[in-house]
Amino acid sequence: MSTTTNQPIEYNLKVVKQFTIMTIIWGIVGMAVGVLIAAQLVWPALNFDTPWLTYSRLRPLHTNAVIFAFGTSALFATAYYIVQRTCQVRLFSDKLAAFTFWGWQAVIVGAVITLPMGITTSKEYAELEWPISILILLVWVAFIIVFFGTLAIRRTSHIYVANWFYGAFIIAVAMLHIGNNLAIPVSFTKSYSIYAGAVDAMMQWWYGHNAVGFLLTAGFLGMMYYFVPKQAERPVYSYRLSIVHFWALITIYIWAGPHHLHWTALPDWAQNVGMVMSVILFVPSWGGMINGIMTLSGAWHKLRTDPILRFLIVSLSFYGMSTFEGPMMAIKSVNALSHYTDWTIGHVHSGALGWVAMITIGAIYHLIPILFDRERMYSIRLINTHFWLHTIGVVLYIVAMWISGVTQGLMWRAVNSDGTLTYSFVESLEASYPFYFVRFVGGVFVVAGMLVMAYNVWKTIRSEEVRAKEPLATQPA
Amino acid sequence: MSSFWSWWIIVLTLGSLVAIAALLWWNMTNFTDVEEGESMGHEFDGIVELNNPLPKWWTILFWICLAWGLLYLILYPGLGNFQGLLGWSSSNQHVRSLEESRQAVIDAREAGLNVAYDRERARAEEVYGPIFQQYASLEITEIAENREALRIGQRLFLQNCAQCHGSDARGSLGFPNLTDGVFNWGGSAEHVYTTLMQGREGQMPDFLDQLGEQGIREMTAYVLSLSGRTVDRDLARAGEQNWAVCAACHGPDGRGNIALGAPDLTNNVWLYGGSQRAIEETLLYGRNGVMPRWDAILGEDKVKILSGYILSLNAD
Repeated sequence: MSTTTNQPIEYNLKVVKQFTIMTIIWGIVGMAVGVLIAAQLVWPALNFDTPWLTYSRLRPLHTNAVIFAFGTSALFATAYYIVQRTCQVRLFSDKLAAFTFWGWQAVIVGAVITLPMGITTSKEYAELEWPISILILLVWVAFIIVFFGTLAIRRTSHIYVANWFYGAFIIAVAMLHIGNNLAIPVSFTKSYSIYAGAVDAMMQWWYGHNAVGFLLTAGFLGMMYYFVPKQAERPVYSYRLSIVHFWALITIYIWAGPHHLHWTALPDWAQNVGMVMSVILFVPSWGGMINGIMTLSGAWHKLRTDPILRFLIVSLSFYGMSTFEGPMMAIKSVNALSHYTDWTIGHVHSGALGWVAMITIGAIYHLIPILFDRERMYSIRLINTHFWLHTIGVVLYIVAMWISGVTQGLMWRAVNSDGTLTYSFVESLEASYPFYFVRFVGGVFVVAGMLVMAYNVWKTIRSEEVRAKEPLATQPA
Repeated sequence: MSSFWSWWIIVLTLGSLVAIAALLWWNMTNFTDVEEGESMGHEFDGIVELNNPLPKWWTILFWICLAWGLLYLILYPGLGNFQGLLGWSSSNQHVRSLEESRQAVIDAREAGLNVAYDRERARAEEVYGPIFQQYASLEITEIAENREALRIGQRLFLQNCAQCHGSDARGSLGFPNLTDGVFNWGGSAEHVYTTLMQGREGQMPDFLDQLGEQGIREMTAYVLSLSGRTVDRDLARAGEQNWAVCAACHGPDGRGNIALGAPDLTNNVWLYGGSQRAIEETLLYGRNGVMPRWDAILGEDKVKILSGYILSLNAD
């Protein structure tokens, strides 16, 4: 089956390098904006009475920066790397790949300029106005051509499981983006969605939840399926488990959106179907976690010495935790407590900082030496430092938001003996205040870790000390 | 929804669940020609895959979740127009007005339907109704002196009124202060009760056409002089010449008219600001104030208790 050739393959690593470096930069930018708005919730004066520094404008900048600039750049980098290495062939088109890099950076710069100006569609995670939205579509079509073109010209007999996930993510995101962004432009900077009322809400969360499902889950599972076995140097645990959980995951995820609209004007049937599918989703989600963690069997001792592997495995633990938490929160009676509270924010960040960021960071530490012909990262100790800074930061963040969220939920529903509400809204806000500070501290830890990584990467690229004797990347495996 | 869309939903939902069940079933046995636990024989950039069986506990969990999902869709709405065996619904989702809502509650009760929202409201009515009734049987002026009733009144105020009038009931620009004894629509128990039950719409017309810019400056000076503020006497005297226009609502002496909600202009209390600039703006552009009606939302008993609470804020 193996079709390893003896001639070295000239992989296109330029675009992988570009996206990898931008992942680090945008990660720092996006998370730093997150820390700023977390600080604004503790010290409101930090908006300096300037419209483009207000929470309302910076919050979408934060979400766009971490999801589309940091997360999606990481997906581009790893998709291009993995598809080449597991298909044993150079990218289908270097020019289109270069277009995706520069086009995507233009999208991000567009977001960085327009969102603080207050130019927005007001659709969560789809705030970018129609000219940028169209550019996203063009870049995405190019991405589809490069990725699937490369699969088509592969020199291996089968398509590796990581590529199933990347493929599903790329197709689904195209479909979601087009579906939710259909709008009628009224000027260069303003458009109105073609949907209205409950239909608009449903379209929005069909998009919104599947941005989580396909971009932040399926895409990163693709990353997991390459870097975990590679870093652990162990075979993937179960081929059949990957078949079941892949098909079940992508079939069910697309139904889960309505759980964002429990107890609203959305018809009961839609809410209930969304809840049922969300709960079932728990099982295929854990399938991915099991397959990743069990891949380590026989190599558990490596966790003691390899901080990169530790990033990858702890990310899977966070993945397991948040994919258990999510289905529970989708149950209507639990949702009645958790909805609109900080619990949701905590849940999102256990997924985003615990799962997405940690698997990405692990992948970057694996990639950088290979991409820049180095034997290893400049400092393994600093990777370890980053691991602990990040883990402590995430735990502080999540725990603070759990406590704050459950407190809010309980305060909002507390009633006196006469049936009137016990607390006014502002009292629940007051109760959350200390936890907003803890969340801010957690965020500072995470950004500090990212800066440590940036330094380590810089030293790795610049230092001659770790330069490899022979080029690594172009060698066949 | 039409039966086409109903079937569309049923087929897609059940189809997805059946497809997943079939997928799981198919993968529970080793369909490959590779021994369990052995390598599949593919190799991708050094990565090989083993043919390990699905973890048993995970497979069982999957079947349980699928079975639960199916059961839920049999019991509750989900499969298109099928309402579920329990006849449950969250609320009367089709209503478009309060009248339709009231009728829907009656219809649902007669048909024996399990509407969660109606049921919760009925239960709240049953449990809490008597508590409110007990105090609502008092006169509003008595409520204003009953400590227990006032405690309830304050809670009602914080939940329903504080959004506009502030937690301390002192209002803000455009929203009246309820603690200063000044009530444009009357401060008696009866007046306050009527204001709450039926709402109010206060309209101050704009006077640019009638008075002109100079006229507005003059009238502003005169209006300010009514509450003893220091003004340019000549301007004020000129303004007084046109006073008849204003007197129609605010009265010949400027003491207002509670029947129209026209404010007393002599007490130096200003709903829309008492600066010269603010009063000029009021005259230039007019003002519209709306107090919503609460009869259908809170009902007589709670409004009565609230009225007592508001009176108590002005008790000194």
